[in-house]
Amino acid sequence: MVPVNYYVILSAILFTIGAVGVLVRRNPLVIFMSVELMLNAANLAMVAFSSTLKSFSGQIFVFFVIAVAAAEVAVGLALIVEIFRTKHSINVDEMNSLKG
Amino acid sequence: MSISWSTCLRDYLSTFPKVTMTVELILFLILALVAIATALGMLLSRNSVYSALFLVLNFATVAVFYLLLGAPFIAMAQVTVYAGAIMVLFLFVIMLLGTEVLPAGKVLPWQRPLAGALATILVVEAIYLLLVRARSNAAIVAPEATFNTMDSLREMGMQLFSNYLLPFEVTSILLLVAMVGAIVLTKKEKGAQR
Repeated sequence: MVPVNYYVILSAILFTIGAVGVLVRRNPLVIFMSVELMLNAANLAMVAFSSTLKSFSGQIFVFFVIAVAAAEVAVGLALIVEIFRTKHSINVDEMNSLKG
Repeated sequence: MSISWSTCLRDYLSTFPKVTMTVELILFLILALVAIATALGMLLSRNSVYSALFLVLNFATVAVFYLLLGAPFIAMAQVTVYAGAIMVLFLFVIMLLGTEVLPAGKVLPWQRPLAGALATILVVEAIYLLLVRARSNAAIVAPEATFNTMDSLREMGMQLFSNYLLPFEVTSILLLVAMVGAIVLTKKEKGAQR
């Protein structure tokens, strides 16, 4: 069994890569993918701790996180499609007005 | 059964404790390298279709980590929901909008260095908090053995439908609301001028 510390370090690295993606990319679709990567990194840490502590709560939380992520992606992508229809661009730097 | 291959492998190899540790460690290191490389590929590729495909590979790698950790149900959910449904939705929207490559715009000069500095702080802080601080109360120890796969599935189902029944039902309502919301947001209104 690989020590849980290794999984936690990997999870921290993946989470940071996701955070950098949110900070530097200007394509909202890639920003969204980075958010998914961060959720996934948190899931990995939760499953690692669940396996270490022999408790199923971590795995059940991960199940709920996956369900919520699916709902979030459906609504978020619908919003991006609608923004593209209105502004004919999805560059986040151009989304700076509340009234489209 | 295909989902319990890691458990079978571990059971077989557990007759040689040293070998098990080494094989798992090598597998972990290779997969960790693939996971980090695909995450970086997602971050750095200019074309968002490539980003999505790198992310699919990353999710598949994380699913193998779940198998190694003795969570086969989560691994399969990861493959079907994340790598299957969510990423296909992403690819569909990318190709629908035709925005694989954004036109180069004005780049903020301080954006990248600032993001790099913040990322370094974040990763150092996360590793410090999770490992160095947590070690003081000795909560994190490597487990002796993982759970039996079939028992784990049964036990998880029992927990999900007893202790976590209310969150489970709320999740179904959440998914319904998300579905209705996505349709309402993208529906073209009749007679509306766009």
